[in-house]
Amino acid sequence: MVKIKPLEDIIRSHAFFDGLTPDISSLIAGCARNVRFKAGEMIYRLGDAADTFYVVRHGRVALEMPAAGKALCVETLDGGDILNASWLVPPYTCRFDARAVDDTRAIAFDAVCLRQKCDADSAVGYDLMKRFVPVMVERLTHARIQAMDLYAGGSTAQ
Amino acid sequence: MLSADQVKPGAQAVLSRADFDHLITVLQAEGYDVIGPTVDNGAVVYQEIDNAGALPEGVASRQAAGRYRLEKRADNALFGYIAGAQSWRPYLFQPSRTVWRAEKSGDELSFTEPEEPAPKMAFLGMRACELAAIELQDRVFMNGDAPDPDYAARRSGALFIAVNCGEAGETCFCVSMDTGPKVTRGHDLVLTELIAPDAHDFLVEIETEAGAEIARKLPLRAAEPQEVGRADAILAETAQSMGRALDTNGLKEILQDNQDAPQWGDVAERCLSCANCTLVCPTCFCNTTEDVTALDGESAERRQRWASCFNLDFSYLHGGPVRPSVEARYRQWMTHKLAHWIDQFGDSGCVGCGRCISWCPASIDITEEAAALRRHAEEADNGEN
Amino acid sequence: MTAVSAQTDPYRPQVWRIVEKQMETADTATLALEPKDRANAMPFEPGQFNMLYAFGGGEVPISISGDPRETGRIIHTIRAVGSVTRPLIAHERGALVGLRGPFGAGWPVEAARGKDLLIIAGGLGLAPLRPAILDALHRRSAFQRIVILYGAKDPDSLLFLGDIADWRGRPDVGFDVTVDRAGQDWHGNIGVILRLIKAAHFDPANAVAFICGPEVMMRLAADELMARDLPQDSIYVSLERNMKCAFARCGHCQFGPHFVCKDGPVFRLDRIRALLQTPEI
Ligand SMILES: Cc1cc2nc3c(=O)[nH]c(=O)nc-3n(C[C@H](O)[C@H](O)[C@H](O)COP(=O)(O)OP(=O)(O)OC[C@H]3O[C@@H](n4cnc5c(N)ncnc54)[C@H](O)[C@@H]3O)c2cc1C
Ligand code: SF4
Ligand code: SF4
Ligand code: FES
Repeated sequence: MVKIKPLEDIIRSHAFFDGLTPDISSLIAGCARNVRFKAGEMIYRLGDAADTFYVVRHGRVALEMPAAGKALCVETLDGGDILNASWLVPPYTCRFDARAVDDTRAIAFDAVCLRQKCDADSAVGYDLMKRFVPVMVERLTHARIQAMDLYAGGSTAQ
Repeated sequence: MLSADQVKPGAQAVLSRADFDHLITVLQAEGYDVIGPTVDNGAVVYQEIDNAGALPEGVASRQAAGRYRLEKRADNALFGYIAGAQSWRPYLFQPSRTVWRAEKSGDELSFTEPEEPAPKMAFLGMRACELAAIELQDRVFMNGDAPDPDYAARRSGALFIAVNCGEAGETCFCVSMDTGPKVTRGHDLVLTELIAPDAHDFLVEIETEAGAEIARKLPLRAAEPQEVGRADAILAETAQSMGRALDTNGLKEILQDNQDAPQWGDVAERCLSCANCTLVCPTCFCNTTEDVTALDGESAERRQRWASCFNLDFSYLHGGPVRPSVEARYRQWMTHKLAHWIDQFGDSGCVGCGRCISWCPASIDITEEAAALRRHAEEADNGEN
Repeated sequence: MTAVSAQTDPYRPQVWRIVEKQMETADTATLALEPKDRANAMPFEPGQFNMLYAFGGGEVPISISGDPRETGRIIHTIRAVGSVTRPLIAHERGALVGLRGPFGAGWPVEAARGKDLLIIAGGLGLAPLRPAILDALHRRSAFQRIVILYGAKDPDSLLFLGDIADWRGRPDVGFDVTVDRAGQDWHGNIGVILRLIKAAHFDPANAVAFICGPEVMMRLAADELMARDLPQDSIYVSLERNMKCAFARCGHCQFGPHFVCKDGPVFRLDRIRALLQTPEI
C-alpha cells in the first residue's frame, strides 16, 4: 500500500508554513484539502467570492486581468507561493482571474473556516498574519517595480 | 655682459627694463608667436603681442568675490597685475577645433584630420599657479598611450617664460595649494621684476636649454647677490599676503564623504549655473564633440569644444540628465576639482588662482564653500562622539 | 610643428562594414561588422564597448554583444532610441560605419573560475553580458553552476531567441526568464526578476554575479543577492553614462572619482555602492 502523507505534514513542509507549531498545523489542517488543476484550468475568476485560500505546492498559476477578448497576465505564482489574498480582506472577492498554466497541485483552505479559527484564537490569527503580511508587502513592492516599466527606457541605464 | 657659456640652465642674470624689448624681438626672430599680457576690455588678458609696449605697464588688477577691476599702479611694473582674467588654457586646449572631416561617397568612408601646423608659441608672463595648471592639464591630455594630438603638438613646441608674483591678489591662495607663488618647475625662464626708485630690472633665472638659447641672445649682465636676495624677499612677502586660504587637510575625504550635506543645497540657492567658473578655471578639461554634416550630405565633421559640468546636457542619458539639479552640478564641480582629481590624476585640480571666485556673478567662493563643508563635517563628527 | 601622427589620433574612427543585420525586436537590431580594411581584427574582453559613428549623425557607446573568440567580426545589438542609434540601425547590409574601440574594463569572467557564475540581465542588459556567457560556456568545466536569469518587458522584447533556446535546453545551465506582462500564450514567469533571484540555486559562499540592466534594476538585484548572503565584492554591475571620448578625457562619464569609460563600465559593487545610493551622482 502506498503510504499517503498526512495533510498536516504537507502543510508544515510548505515554505509558507515554515516553523509552524503542531498545535496550529493540526488546527488549520481541519480547514484544508488537497487540490489539483490541469494546465489551462480556471481556478477562480475575478469577482468570485474569495472563499478559498491556496498555497501552491507544484506547478504554475497565472494571475490575469481579463480584457476585451484577451487576458493580460500580471504575475505568475509557483510552488511555494500563496494564492488569493482576498480571503482575508472584506468583501472577500477575488481581484483577478487565476488560471493554472501548468498542471498544478495546491492545498486549498476553506476561507470561512480559516477566518473563524483566526477569530476564535488570536494566537493563531497572529501567527498567520505574520506569515501573510511580509508576502503581501513583497508582492506590493514587486508590483510597484513592475509598474515602473524599467526596461522601457532607451538603453540599459534608465 | 655675460659670455655665452655662462648663460646656461641654472644660471642667474639680469635684464634691464630698457632692454626688455629685446626679449620679444629675439623670441619673434626665433619663430615664436609671443603670447603675453595686455589690457583688453577692462581686463588683463593673454594675447599675441608685437612689442613690449603692449604689456600692461603700471597696471594693477584688484579682485574680490564677484569682482575684477583694473587700477593704476604707483610704479611702472610690467607684471604688476594679478594673474590674467583668462588663463593660458585656450592656447593649448583650444575652445573649439575640428577633430576630423569625414567624406562619404559610394562605397567609401574616410576620416582625415585637418592639416594645420601647430603654432610655435612663447608664453610670456606665466605665473607659478598657471604652470602648475598646465602640468595638471598635461596629465589629462598627454597621459596614456594616446596623447591628444592637437594639445601635444601645441604643448611640445611652446616656450614658457614665467614671472614670479610680486604681490598676491585678494582671491589668491596658491600657498594653500602648494603651487606658488615661487615658480619652481615647468618653465624655461623665470623673471622676477625688481623695481627700485633708480632702477627697473628683471632677475632672469634660466631653467632649460631652450630658455638658455633665448637668454644667450639677450643683453644680460651678472646678477648681484643683493638682487637675488631682493627677489627672494619679494616672494616671501607675496607668500605672506595671500588673500584667501584653503585648508586642504583631509579635504578630499570631507568632500567625498559628505555628498549629502545641506551645504550643497545652500550653495545651489545662490549658484546661477552660468558655468563661468569652469570657463575661467585653468585646469577644467571637460569637452564635448559635435558631429555636423554639410548640406551636400557627403561630408561631415567632428568638432570638439569646451564643455561644462554646469550644463544640463553634460550628463544627458536617453530620458534625461543624470544631474538635473544645480545642487548636484555644483557638487560635481567642486568635488571633482578638490577631491576626485586626486584619485584621477594624483593631485588636486585646483591651483589656487582665484579666478572662479573673481568671475562668479553670484560671488560664490570655493574657499568659503570648502570651509563651510568642513564645519559641517566636524559638527557631524562631534555629534557622533 | 605638425600634429602627432594621425594614426595615433584616438578620436579617429576605423571604417567597418555592416555584413549582417538582424532585427531582434521592433526597435532593436543586431549588426555584424567587419573591418573594411581586413587587417583590423579586434580582440576584446566581454563587457567592453565601442564608439559607433553613423555618418553625420554622431557617435555613441555600444557594448559588444558577440563571441569574444570571434575577433574577425564584431557584433553589436542596438536599440533605436534617438538621433544616433536610429540611423545606426536603419543602415542596410553593406553600409559603412565608423568604429573606435574596444574600450573599458569588462566582466572579470576569470574571477568566477571554480565558482558558481550568476548572470542577471534586465532588458537590453543581456547584450553586454552575452560575450561573458558565451565565453563561460566555451569553457563550461571551469565553473560550477552557471545560472542565467533574464528579465524583460514582455515576450516580444526578448533578445537572442536562438541563444535563449540553447541555454534553456542545456542541462548544465540554469536558465530562467521573466517578463513584466504577457498574454495567455506565454507559459513562462511573469513578475519581477527579483523573484527569480530569490529562488535561484547557487552557493553564496562560492559564487560571482554579473548584473546588467537599468540602474534601478541592478540596485534591486544586488540587494536581493546580498539578502541571500552573496557578499558585495562578489557582485559586478555595468554602468552607463554619457560618453564622448571613451578614454578619460572629456569628463562626461564621471561617476564620483571614476571614469565609467575607463575604470568601468563594469565595476565591483563594493567599490561604488555608496555612490549608487547617492542621488544625481
Ligand atoms: C558603456 C555603454 C554601453 C552601451 N551599450 C549599449 C548597447 O549595447 N546597445 C544599445 O542600444 N545601447 C547601449 N548603450 C546606450 C547608448 O549609448 C545610448 O542609447 C545612445 O547613446 C543614445 O544615443 P542617441 O543619440 O540615439 O539618443 P539621444 O537620446 O538622441 O541622445 C543624445 C545624446 O545623448 C547621449 N546619450 C543618450 N543616452 C545615452 C546613454 N544611455 N548612454 C550614453 N550616452 C547617452 C549620447 O551622447 C547621445 O548622442 C550603452 C551606453 C554605454 C555608456
Ligand atoms: S578652482 Fe578656482 S581657484 Fe582653483 S584653479 Fe580653478 S579657477 Fe583657480
Ligand atoms: S559657482 Fe558661480 S561661476 Fe560657477 S556656475 Fe555657479 S554662479 Fe556661475
Ligand atoms: S567618455 Fe570621456 S571621460 Fe569617459
